[in-house]
Amino acid sequence: MNIIVCIKQVPETGNVRIDPQTHTLIRSGVPSIINPMDTYAIEEALRWKEKLGASTTVLTMGPPQAEGALKEAISMGIDHGILLSDKKFAGSDTYATAYTLALAVRKLAPYDLIFCGKQAIDGDTAQVGPGLAEHLGIAHIAYVKKIEEIDRDGALVRAERLMEDGYEIVNIRMPCLLTVVKEINEPRFPSLKGKMRARKLEIPTWSAEDLEAGEMENFGLSGSPTQVRTIFPPPARGKGEIFGGEASVMAQTLLERLKAQKVI
Amino acid sequence: MDYFLTEEQKEIRDLARRIAREKVLPVRAELDESEEFPWPVMKSLAEADLFGVYLPEEYGGIGGGCFELCLAVEELSRACGGVAVTYAASALGAFPILLFGNGQQKEKYLPQIAAGKKLAAFALTEANAGSDAGGIQTAARPDKDEYILNGTKQWITNGGESEIYTVIAMTDKSKGSRGASAFIVEKGTPGFEFGKKEKKMGIRASTTRELVFTDCRVPKENLLGREGMGFMLAMRTLDTSRPGIGAQAVGIAQGALDEAIDYARERVQFGKPISSFQAIQHMLADMATQVEAARALTYAAARYIDSGAKDVSKISAMAKVFASDVAMQVTTQAVQILGGYGYMRDYPIEKMMRDAKITQIYEGTNQIQRNVIALQLIKEKAQGK
Repeated sequence: MNIIVCIKQVPETGNVRIDPQTHTLIRSGVPSIINPMDTYAIEEALRWKEKLGASTTVLTMGPPQAEGALKEAISMGIDHGILLSDKKFAGSDTYATAYTLALAVRKLAPYDLIFCGKQAIDGDTAQVGPGLAEHLGIAHIAYVKKIEEIDRDGALVRAERLMEDGYEIVNIRMPCLLTVVKEINEPRFPSLKGKMRARKLEIPTWSAEDLEAGEMENFGLSGSPTQVRTIFPPPARGKGEIFGGEASVMAQTLLERLKAQKVI
Repeated sequence: MDYFLTEEQKEIRDLARRIAREKVLPVRAELDESEEFPWPVMKSLAEADLFGVYLPEEYGGIGGGCFELCLAVEELSRACGGVAVTYAASALGAFPILLFGNGQQKEKYLPQIAAGKKLAAFALTEANAGSDAGGIQTAARPDKDEYILNGTKQWITNGGESEIYTVIAMTDKSKGSRGASAFIVEKGTPGFEFGKKEKKMGIRASTTRELVFTDCRVPKENLLGREGMGFMLAMRTLDTSRPGIGAQAVGIAQGALDEAIDYARERVQFGKPISSFQAIQHMLADMATQVEAARALTYAAARYIDSGAKDVSKISAMAKVFASDVAMQVTTQAVQILGGYGYMRDYPIEKMMRDAKITQIYEGTNQIQRNVIALQLIKEKAQGK
């Protein structure tokens, strides 16, 4: 059984800089971590690897330093890693990212399961997981909070999808993709033996050329239907005002304030 | 300050630091209150392979030594001295097997300890034999292919929770200091029971119990080394593990120093943060200097032991006595800097002072350490060194 985990290396939230030209994040030189939600995906893959004896591969698209994220995943117990890195991939939006990842996943076929984190803390779109499934033409369940069963013979997965007011139980066929939420498990720490293994392991880097089935114009900025025009912090919210006292008096005060602000 | 750690040593330190921050810090106050054994933290340490840092690769360890153990203990101690000693005491219990075990004993016990599947513990102290270890009464009488143990060990760290115990007992009272032997005794052996859990001033997350042996039969294969080697084995074991206590003390002191600096920067009195007052600055400077000196001495002792040197007693004793005295001084000063808040149990500092005290007492009181150092100095001079 083959399990693929897609992860993203993201800046540690305190230190974010924006490139003034492309309006995208400057990633190099900033402390990096595995996107927190992806650690749940890695952990889930490891648990099913242990239960079912699967082989696991971690995949990421990013600058060369993203290899660090792959090594961290390997030190947690993942078997193999692939780095997709090429200047041509730069500036990808979620559509181009999913397109690129899909090409890599097809190269790694056959596969049974793909795990992704629900969303990344930098982009926050939650689109790449489902987008990847669509590019691959496979079914997916997003926001998985628990996998109830994986039936290898029947190639079925039964999982709980977290909704705002409860959860749904969904059955889908493998090969399929699952995006996971933090409720699903508690990620393990890397182990020292895992770190030793990660240090020694050669991680192949695939460039745009290596993804032979891909069209160059579909990579990176040129392959991105959405363009980031500008990134800016929202205007600071003013201090709120808290009224006290009798309800009828508060209502009167509120009315006067709303009129003065021309809200009504 | 850079101590020029190898990549692997940095990984050990960073992993221990991460576990300390993510798993120990959030629960240390609760553990101090409830005195509950920190199994969840031990599980995380086991999964991270940290129980094997000082054990050889052939027994499932990482192949490091005393120094690597010190790195891990120091990081854990920064978060909680009680959790740290729970981890370190397993190493103390394992050292006799590592240093004196035969192939079969090492094969049987060390991999389980390295994997953190079973914890170890070391049992020497008795009610009437603390500093005077030679006064132990627990006896081991040979009987065909077994030894029968009778007696009570006192204040054993991890007592009742560990599964593997290395126990020092008298096999021949007439031989005095050459009359003791060391045995591996497993939890669950008939005639091996535990007393109540002790209530302590500090390191309350650590479990301390009596071990009670009543006609407890132990197979001959569990004798470590030969009869009569018991005290020598115990002394060598303690020499090797003492820098670990030094590291625990350094960690506790560092944790207290960090809290004190943070507080001094935030606390405003007389219109200024108290960190701008010279009195506070001098206190912090002295604390930081002491901690760095303790760290440097502890690391030097650990590295010396790992080099395979034979004459480690003096430096090992120096590291322990200095670091533990520093821990007590630094935590006391840290409480002082936090003032009233330092005295309140809602703040983490008073616990650190309570935790620090034991480092001056166990694994050989600081008075005994001073004896060891002085006697060694005199002996060296007599030998013309």
